[in-house]
Amino acid sequence: MPAAAASVLTRRIALVGNPNSGKSTLFNALTGLHQKTGNFPGVTVDKKHGNFRVKYQGQLVEVTCIDLPGTYSLYPKSLDERVACEVLTNTENPDFPDLTVIVADATNLKRSLYLAGQVIDLGRPCVLVLNMIDEAARSGLHIDAARLSNRLGIPVLALSAREKTGIDELRQAIVAPLMPPAYLFSDLASVVPDVVKLVQKEFPGLTHYQALHKAHLLYSEAHPLQAIMDAAGFSPSAAQAEESLHRHGIIGQHIAACTGSQPARPPFTRKLDKILTHRIGGYVIFLLLLFVMFQSIFYLAEYPMTWIEEGFAALRGWCSDVLPAGWLTDLFTEGILAGLSGVVVFVPQIALLFFFIAMLEDSGYMARVSFIMDKLMRRFGLHGRSVIPLISGMACAVPAIMSTRTISSWKERIITIMVTPLMSCSARLPVYTLLIALIIPDETVGGIFHLQALTLMALYLLGFFMALAAAWVMNLLIKTRERSWFIMEMPVYRMPKWSNVLYAIYEKVRVFVIDAGKVILIVSVVLWFLASYGYGDTFAKAREQEAAIAAQITAAEAAAATPDQLNTLYQAKAAAASHKLEESFAGQLGKFIEPVIRPLGYDWKIGISLITSLAAREVFVGTMATIYGAGDEENVEPIREIMRKERDQLTGKPVYSTATGFSLLIFYAFALQCISTIAVVKRETNSWLWPGIQFVFMGVLAYAASWLAYVLLS
Amino acid sequence: MLAPGERAVIESFTDKALSLKLLEMGCSPGEEVMLEKVAPLGDPIAINISGYVLSLRRSEAATVRIRRINSVA
Repeated sequence: MPAAAASVLTRRIALVGNPNSGKSTLFNALTGLHQKTGNFPGVTVDKKHGNFRVKYQGQLVEVTCIDLPGTYSLYPKSLDERVACEVLTNTENPDFPDLTVIVADATNLKRSLYLAGQVIDLGRPCVLVLNMIDEAARSGLHIDAARLSNRLGIPVLALSAREKTGIDELRQAIVAPLMPPAYLFSDLASVVPDVVKLVQKEFPGLTHYQALHKAHLLYSEAHPLQAIMDAAGFSPSAAQAEESLHRHGIIGQHIAACTGSQPARPPFTRKLDKILTHRIGGYVIFLLLLFVMFQSIFYLAEYPMTWIEEGFAALRGWCSDVLPAGWLTDLFTEGILAGLSGVVVFVPQIALLFFFIAMLEDSGYMARVSFIMDKLMRRFGLHGRSVIPLISGMACAVPAIMSTRTISSWKERIITIMVTPLMSCSARLPVYTLLIALIIPDETVGGIFHLQALTLMALYLLGFFMALAAAWVMNLLIKTRERSWFIMEMPVYRMPKWSNVLYAIYEKVRVFVIDAGKVILIVSVVLWFLASYGYGDTFAKAREQEAAIAAQITAAEAAAATPDQLNTLYQAKAAAASHKLEESFAGQLGKFIEPVIRPLGYDWKIGISLITSLAAREVFVGTMATIYGAGDEENVEPIREIMRKERDQLTGKPVYSTATGFSLLIFYAFALQCISTIAVVKRETNSWLWPGIQFVFMGVLAYAASWLAYVLLS
Repeated sequence: MLAPGERAVIESFTDKALSLKLLEMGCSPGEEVMLEKVAPLGDPIAINISGYVLSLRRSEAATVRIRRINSVA
């Protein structure tokens, strides 16, 4: 330790414990706002660490604390668990702790002691925390901590992380002189002696149990020692089973000696479960909850999102007024600020969604949702836990994909991530509204069914069923050796802890703004460049013309011209802008791809919109407005009228026929035109492979379905 | 298959990989279990074991051999 030289002593600790043991609450109580989240090197598993300082005998000790993913045992079953085990058993790991804090759920001591025993057997300094001791006491369970400490040979502290009682005692225990366990938990030498000796000879310095874990690891990696281990009669699963039985025997004795009888499950949880997992009532309540969630994300988030957009628009206007004219200012206002606004505008939706998810997770309800939905979802290769991401995808795929982290199986998580963007998100709504108004008559059939509303609903259903179908296909295609489990604890209901909910929201928003923001910003700048530059004289002329009209407008405004005169100028400027866009790189690209999109019924003008709305679907409406010179992006009504009048140059028929309209609607329903989604999938899967596959498969699907719609309808 | 509220004792496991997972969750031979609840669609199920409730799919539960205890209900 470098502490000897430094004036401040340092100590590195790790928190380990079962899921639902209150580990994160304890972590938050210890570190407060001094925490950071990143990924473990090479894998997208949350790595939370934080710092705090404790005075110990007049000396200040700086403690670095890492919160490991929840695990039931040191034998990993999932990626999350593998990371936790790696940190604790590999002495070379940069996070290898000086001291391990084992967090046990006092109301479920028996299962917690299983992991505790394994950690003790590693022979490294550790402390056992009996968390939720208040809850245990209330339900009539008394644990003799002092006696347990004696029996285990390590310090045992009873505390409540939620009530923040006993935290100071824990801090003192953390900085006390390091002591290895007085004795080991179990005598594993009798279970598998030969292999341990073999490994210890090869890797000197390992304790008994570390050596056994090393043996398991080497065995799975087909290390040269494997043959020797085989010869010694070593079988990993048999050894694990034997160890497990051995441990359960010891745990039974400790429990009998240190606790009274195990009290029954709280009656409140039992009653609530009768309602929440009821045959019919359970689904009704779940649907109601979804409805509330969906409504708030859809409508409540609308207000702050408008403020953000208007704020950024004002900022852009102010900047272009104040800064000297030129490409640098243009880049800043139209490229960077526009990109930033595209990132920040999602913050209210992300915050709201994660507010709900954190509440549902913290209260224990999420486990019930998975429980009642698992059978339905499994048919499509999804998991009970895929429900929330899919539903959230109707608001926005970005937070929805971030919420797939609760799915522990790799395959089910990947499939959920891949199909979630097919759910019709709120960004599609402006596109849907514009096109539906264009092609579907404003009529009512059968007295109640509004045709336009029916079409909108059909599009949402289309997305939903396509997501299920895609999941089903992927389930057949993706091969994995990992088994899907549904072995899951049903925790007791608890009031959500507000500070935990707030930490979760803060964390998700921060991660999105920083990680996804980078990609979105870069692409926005590229798209800005494509739409504002072109080659040759024609583009330069178009730009000069637009600038000239802009100057005229400024002059006319200063001279207090009549509204009529101004209006004529505005229209001229819109026409010039439309001409400039036609001559820009984006316009040229639109013409270039015209042959490809012609079979779908699109012309090059729609081509430009397809390209610009790669960044975000809602850009479609704005681009249409620019192309057709409608000037004001907010004003959808005139664009619709202009688009309705638009005739095909070759055939003289309306461009936006029913066939083209449906073709476009379906294209926007299926294609992955959302940089934010691509950025988030890249981050969550830690590779470009998955967003790549997703982009291609959704693109092919969109093209094929649009083509089919166009051919069938024209 | 047990009926809700019925009790049994775990005897052994028929699936190696699953048994390791279940052992870690506290399902060891000799432990008493009670069927707490069946999900509305008949799967998964929830069992009460050593003081807490564990949910698992029917296919997973089928790998556990149990001995019914005659409940004096």
